[in-house]
Amino acid sequence: MANLTVSNSTLALGFILVIIALVIGYWQKLQIDKDIIIGVVRAIIQLTIVGYVLKFVIKANDVWLTMAFFVIIVINASWNAGKRGNGIPKAFQFSLLAISVGTVVTLGTLVWTGSIQFIPEQIVPFTGMIASNIMVAIGLCYRNMKQSFTDRHQQILEKLALGADIKLASEDIIRESIKSGMQPTIDSIKTLGLVALPGMMSGLIIAGVDPVKAIKYQIMVTFMLLASTSIGSFISCYLAYQQFYNDQKQLNSNLLS
Amino acid sequence: MILFVMAIKLLAIWHKMKDNLISSISNAEGFKNNYGVKQLNNIFELTDLSYQVGDKKILKNINLNIEQGKYITFIGPSGSGKSTLMRILASMISATSGEALFKGKKISSYEPTDYRRRVSYAFQQPTLFGKTVKDNLEFPYTVRGKDFDRDQVIKFLNYVNIDESYIDKSVNDVSGGEKQRIALLRNLIFPPEVLITDEVTAGLDADNKEIVHNILNKFNQDDGLTILRVTHDDSEIEQAIDKVTVKNGEVI
Repeated sequence: MANLTVSNSTLALGFILVIIALVIGYWQKLQIDKDIIIGVVRAIIQLTIVGYVLKFVIKANDVWLTMAFFVIIVINASWNAGKRGNGIPKAFQFSLLAISVGTVVTLGTLVWTGSIQFIPEQIVPFTGMIASNIMVAIGLCYRNMKQSFTDRHQQILEKLALGADIKLASEDIIRESIKSGMQPTIDSIKTLGLVALPGMMSGLIIAGVDPVKAIKYQIMVTFMLLASTSIGSFISCYLAYQQFYNDQKQLNSNLLS
Repeated sequence: MILFVMAIKLLAIWHKMKDNLISSISNAEGFKNNYGVKQLNNIFELTDLSYQVGDKKILKNINLNIEQGKYITFIGPSGSGKSTLMRILASMISATSGEALFKGKKISSYEPTDYRRRVSYAFQQPTLFGKTVKDNLEFPYTVRGKDFDRDQVIKFLNYVNIDESYIDKSVNDVSGGEKQRIALLRNLIFPPEVLITDEVTAGLDADNKEIVHNILNKFNQDDGLTILRVTHDDSEIEQAIDKVTVKNGEVI
């Protein structure tokens, strides 16, 4: 821990880095200065609140409080994933189910195998990591699905006209959408350690943990993210594709962009 | 006592007569029903059928009966609503008001996938699925949970003058005319009761058109397939026997 010397004053000085981004934005007329300022202010406020709340939860070390935190993270992630549904009905509900199952299965396996303990300082950050990854994966699934239904609606109509059920007519799209949700995780795994040292591993190393131990944790996180994004993508895609059809198994043209 | 017995006998006779009367009435109703079934020679019965998108009325109160086994040609200017009407009959879209009956029952009351196997729709510019021609000809089997029957497929390929070597060809290596013929086979390998063809010969050369006409005529004449054809082709319109004109969303 001796290596960590971030104080309020060093943070304030670090704000110079934000000014660099603002200057580039202003100079190049990128019109993103407002976004940068809003983003930075939000990040500071959100993280400060979360820091204090986490401190309280960890200190309290209460099962129910930990569970409540878990639920809040999952609902929040589902809400954001739902918004990325871009008009797909029930996108929030599907995301909630996908993120809940993905997080419970992954986290449950980690606790069951003894990789992590059911204590707030481990459960809360792991829940956050898992839920946010599934959230991103589901967002990609929804976007890919909507685009594919739009691009290939003629082919789907032809398959339906030949008497295909909606699942058979959408099979290719479901498969590709699941893949699109998992692809970033798979791509990042390939370059692990070669291009980027992942956040968690870096954090452990900065905090003074032996890099070999940090790597073990990272390998576990990799397994965890693979499982959670595949579960989340699978559930959300298999539920969402049905929304592109009405009860007469006709293509719902309102949903096509 | 005698009077009592006579009264009972009279009562019994009355009951018998009443039963006979009821039975003859029900027979008469049965006859009526039979007569009604006979009326179902109409494979489609459309009553006040309309289709609207927003404020725009694409089909306006269509009343039309289509007899089983007919080969009917739908004509009319572009945008008149012909394709919309065909898509309603193929259950690809649903009418916004009015009634569309297939064999006496509402189209919407059928299980949609089952219905579309009985009333098959062929598109103007079809896309071929997957990678090979086989992927397309196998699709009707997959839909029905059956195994691909190569011999049957070869028989159908012969109908449309396509060599069996095409089965393993890439979909990128077939010409426009061949593509249309292969797509049509997807509709016909398991012959439906009604085939709706939406300008399937548009853009085809004379030879390809001839092949398509021949197979459609064959199925119509030999197998009693009801065909509803949308076309703008002058020679097809000229040769057509039964024509229905659709103009401004109305049947004239």
